[in-house]
Amino acid sequence: MSQSGLGKSTLVNTLFKSQVSRKSSGWNREEKIPKTVEIKAIGHVIEEGGVKMKLTVIDTPGFGDQINNENCWEPIEKYINEQYEKFLKEEVNIARKKRIPDTRVHCCLYFISPTGHSLRPLDLEFMKHLSKVVNIIPVIAKADTMTLEEKTEFKQRVRKELEVNGIEFYPQKEFDEDLEDKTENDKIRQESMPFAVVGSDKEYQVNGKRILGRKTPWGVIEVENLNHCEFALLRDFVIRTHLQDLKEVTHNIHYETYRAKRLNDNGGLPPVTTETEENHESNL
Amino acid sequence: TSAGGFFKNKLCETGVFTDHEKQYVGFATLPNQVHRKSVKKGFDFTLMVAGESGLGKSTLVNSLFLTDLYKDRKLLNAEERISQTVEILKHTVDIEEKGVKLKLTIVDTPGFGDAVNNTECWKPITDYIDQQFEQYFRDESGLNRKNIQDNRVHCCLYFISPFGHGLRPVDVEFMKALHEKVNIVPLIAKADCLIPSEIRKLKERIREEIDKFGIKVYQFPDCDSDEDEEFKQQDRELKESAPFAVIGSNTVVEAKGQRVRGRLYPWGIVEVENQAHCDFVKLRNMLIRTHMHDLKDVTCDVHYENYRAQCIQQMTSKLTQDNRIESPIPILPLPTPDAETEKLIKMKDEELRRMQEMLQKMQQQMQDQ
Repeated sequence: MSQSGLGKSTLVNTLFKSQVSRKSSGWNREEKIPKTVEIKAIGHVIEEGGVKMKLTVIDTPGFGDQINNENCWEPIEKYINEQYEKFLKEEVNIARKKRIPDTRVHCCLYFISPTGHSLRPLDLEFMKHLSKVVNIIPVIAKADTMTLEEKTEFKQRVRKELEVNGIEFYPQKEFDEDLEDKTENDKIRQESMPFAVVGSDKEYQVNGKRILGRKTPWGVIEVENLNHCEFALLRDFVIRTHLQDLKEVTHNIHYETYRAKRLNDNGGLPPVTTETEENHESNL
Repeated sequence: TSAGGFFKNKLCETGVFTDHEKQYVGFATLPNQVHRKSVKKGFDFTLMVAGESGLGKSTLVNSLFLTDLYKDRKLLNAEERISQTVEILKHTVDIEEKGVKLKLTIVDTPGFGDAVNNTECWKPITDYIDQQFEQYFRDESGLNRKNIQDNRVHCCLYFISPFGHGLRPVDVEFMKALHEKVNIVPLIAKADCLIPSEIRKLKERIREEIDKFGIKVYQFPDCDSDEDEEFKQQDRELKESAPFAVIGSNTVVEAKGQRVRGRLYPWGIVEVENQAHCDFVKLRNMLIRTHMHDLKDVTCDVHYENYRAQCIQQMTSKLTQDNRIESPIPILPLPTPDAETEKLIKMKDEELRRMQEMLQKMQQQMQDQ
């Protein structure tokens, strides 16, 4: 999630070491910025070590690009809630499937523009609204535009602003299960995040190794070099250590919150698929 | 000018007029005289910078003029920015180099493009530019024109984000609102986050879009056909590099044994004045060393004259509408005169009245006779 041009597609490709973003799915990047926020979901099946994963990448072209961006997060909030609704319907079905198809959004990477100053008003508005319905992981995009000093200062300022504005990004403090979790997550929350990343789908030869990077006239930026940027930290965090937890928090917390609210609105009864129900759904 | 130069050198060398030189009148020294007077008077230049916050505008201005104009600036945080409106801030600094004085005014536009809803966020800026034109117009039409202060904006550096894929809607709207009021020089900001192929693509894209949307950015004038090939080559390169991809820096780093303005990254050092790294030198040369005067000329001869013509036209049409006067000659708005001028005007009015009275009396007497 971000304004256009902050490297979302490239980063996702880099994360999953395969062409999984809209950019590589033939959508012409050179086309105009859409006038309204669009939601484009593309599913892929990737495999590693015998483990198959169905990965769905949801992109939101048009977000934050207009002159007037008021409420541009609404279509996104709507989409997320629609997925919860779909799951809920399936769950309360009498003859429900054994494995309910899960289209819920487990993680939202929010890209912050590396201005070096602070968050933008749009960033605050978006994260305030959406941290209540989905796991948000803020990421500083195109971090190769900041020196080490600037990066450290910027991260501190962003963390402070998020705290002051009561924005709970993933991993949320209140969901730490035990002391071990808390210690590990505290360190991530207070020191590492937001991860300052650089993405690239081009390979270069550095010191005899082929690495993903960006070649500038003054040097090669190595994406997976921790001295250069925190891409590797983000990748390990999202994929190697917290992938399952992201799904669990989505299911046990965000989804349950949605479900409880829906049941409450319906007088404690599960929603029934009737004519009126269909109308109700469209009002969400 | 080459003839003048020849004679000038001769004068300097011998200090005495030869027979040959007695044949010439001597006005070839005019350029020198103008030069001396200009240097005594000093120069002034007003530069506006516009673009979203965080694009390195302040750093670039400091790098261009080797100043430190923003020492006490307090940056707003995101929450404070939610209710911020676009402001116009002026910093004036007097700088001197080799005896030449420059009064430099930087007009800053904090808040532009930062809000969630940026509809018409350029209005305070167009209003400001119009106000300076209006002020000049009044001064020019006034009674005392000795010390007119020229606060008109001579050039607007517009910073385009390097993080986009070209111009954003707000960029297009801003430039279209201003291209007939001020010389716009678009720049690609923070260009050190782009690799050379990305810069090329972005420049191409921006040029295409500027064409497509009919935006009239400042055009570098063509050089004279009698210039040497090297100069022509430089001029070509300048035009082909637009929009300039720039980097600024307030810090000095050590690169290859030299201390230069730059940015130190873990993967290398970006040198602001290295032409292989960015177009900063091209921008500085263009803005300060070669085109500063042309920028002022175009402001005076084109943008201001447009404004003035429009103003007069509006006044004329208003007057003919009011049916107060049928002549097409426009009545210039008199500026609010100062106290002394008012006194003068009152005195003159009194005199006129007395003379009219006398005339009437005389006419009466003649009739009576």
